[in-house]
Amino acid sequence: MTAADATQLIGSDAPIITATGVVKSFGGLRAVDVDKLEIRRNKITALIGPNGAGKTTFFNLLTGFDQVDSGEITLDGAIITGTPPHRLAAKGMVRTFQLTKALAKLSTLENMKLGALQQRGEKFWQALIPGLWSRQEREIEARAEAILQRFNLTHMRDEYAGTMSGGQRKLLEMARALMTDPRVVMLDEPMAGVNPALAQSLLELIKLLPAEGRTVIFVEHNMDVVQEISDWVVVMAEGRIIAQGTPAEIKKNKAVVDAYLGAHHGEDLSKVDLT
Amino acid sequence: MDWGFIFERSFSAMIGPEVVVYAMAAVGLNVHFGYTGLMNFGQVGFMAAGAYGVGVTVFWLEWNFWVGILFSFVYVAVLALLLGLPTLRLRADYLSLVTIAASETIRLLARSRVMKPYTGGVEGVNQFAGPFYDLSPFELGQFYSFGPFKYLGRDVWVLVVGWTLLILITLMVRQLMRSPWGRTLRAIREDEDAARALGKNAYFFKMQSLLLGGMIGGVAGVIQVIQKASVQADTFNPVITFTIWTILIIGGPGRIWSPIVGSSIYWTLIVFIENTLRQLPPGVRSTLEDTVQLSDFNIAMLRFILVGVGLLLLARFRPQGIFGSREEMALDRR
Repeated sequence: MTAADATQLIGSDAPIITATGVVKSFGGLRAVDVDKLEIRRNKITALIGPNGAGKTTFFNLLTGFDQVDSGEITLDGAIITGTPPHRLAAKGMVRTFQLTKALAKLSTLENMKLGALQQRGEKFWQALIPGLWSRQEREIEARAEAILQRFNLTHMRDEYAGTMSGGQRKLLEMARALMTDPRVVMLDEPMAGVNPALAQSLLELIKLLPAEGRTVIFVEHNMDVVQEISDWVVVMAEGRIIAQGTPAEIKKNKAVVDAYLGAHHGEDLSKVDLT
Repeated sequence: MDWGFIFERSFSAMIGPEVVVYAMAAVGLNVHFGYTGLMNFGQVGFMAAGAYGVGVTVFWLEWNFWVGILFSFVYVAVLALLLGLPTLRLRADYLSLVTIAASETIRLLARSRVMKPYTGGVEGVNQFAGPFYDLSPFELGQFYSFGPFKYLGRDVWVLVVGWTLLILITLMVRQLMRSPWGRTLRAIREDEDAARALGKNAYFFKMQSLLLGGMIGGVAGVIQVIQKASVQADTFNPVITFTIWTILIIGGPGRIWSPIVGSSIYWTLIVFIENTLRQLPPGVRSTLEDTVQLSDFNIAMLRFILVGVGLLLLARFRPQGIFGSREEMALDRR
């Protein structure tokens, strides 16, 4: 059964990702303890919470970069708990990183081309004979150029990715992720360190993804961003999910405001220790 | 001073058997370190495995020479697998620890008394390379001169075969590194997690890289023992590994012609310095004997010291090596 068949079988309203009883501890600390979470298909879900809430750990568990102690995660109905990241990418789940991972000594175009899956030229023996993969390589290059265009990075095409600004690297990482043609795009703080003008265009690009049949999950600290683009907001604190709802609902939720913005919300900041 | 002799020696060293052997080993290390970022500090171990693979099977087991050579590649591949399986999933440092330990283990085992019936112990293995020299179109014991180059016939034959192999393997590596396979290796060198997130099985690619570079190191070992016509455990000491690193750094890691040019420069310098020091005018010689206690014995060491000084200057003024790009180097610091 292919993934597409599975989708049909389960129906497009079924959640694309579910996490049930997922627990992860580091020593005595329960970093993640999620009873139940369902991510809706082709929607933008924001994962918010104070520092140390376990958002990134939870991200790592979902994407296979870390292993759960117990619990189960599914993607399109199939259990993916314990599946290594490269297999998840092949199943259509791709992530970006909080600290951007632009491959500095590869050109922008090479960074992009790397993202394509199922490359014949990545097999050792076939790599020796360009005739076997050069046509596919040209197709990949064309796709890479189209995405670069969309992300306004065409002028950086042949530059080393290491010469890019922080904001451009964020763009490149997201563009590169799209090269895998993912069903689920997981963005870990996509706006961190991006200047306001660039952030706006990045937001517009993220907003386009659901219409292409991609589900977006992102971790973010900036509440304005969350309010603007998310369809659903999940709030974590101390490893647990303490609330979820539409952005408007979350904004009014007292528990969330206390946990996320601190119990001192609304007080004179100069008198509050924010660290 | 006999400058003619010094230059003849230096020119002959420029493309001599050592250049071929060390360049070949450095091609392997370049695959490991230059393209994949694997810190292999035991390249000499792969050379030793190749050398003993052919020496032991041909001399002691009396296998056919060519079968012995084929076997030595299988043997090197198994060694690479054994080293890679436990370490490639771990942080980069573990591979360096394991490779340096493994290369010393191979040497110490080979020279041990227990293994003497198979490896010949410290005396090693001789008389196994005959079938190679039987094919030589050159008179083995006769000197041949080409312009400034002068070699014995047997070395000419080694050079013809060695350079052919070296160029072919270098071109093969170049083709691989220009392919999507090579691009993935370079991506893993830059950031393994990014490659994994994009669907690349980093462990598998690193294993392929370790195998390829190790087997090229094995070829270097085979050429070396054929040229010397003997396998001696103590010629495979850790200094060789660091010489190979020096050569790669002179040329610049991750550049296709670095191993060959680096090796050529290294050996030309070593031979030039040694021969010059041995032929100093008596006045200079006696001054040096009085001040730095120069003697025939420590000339061999002095040439390494001078190469070390050269390496320091290189690190100061051209850290990227001969072929490396300064621009690329600067990216590391951002």
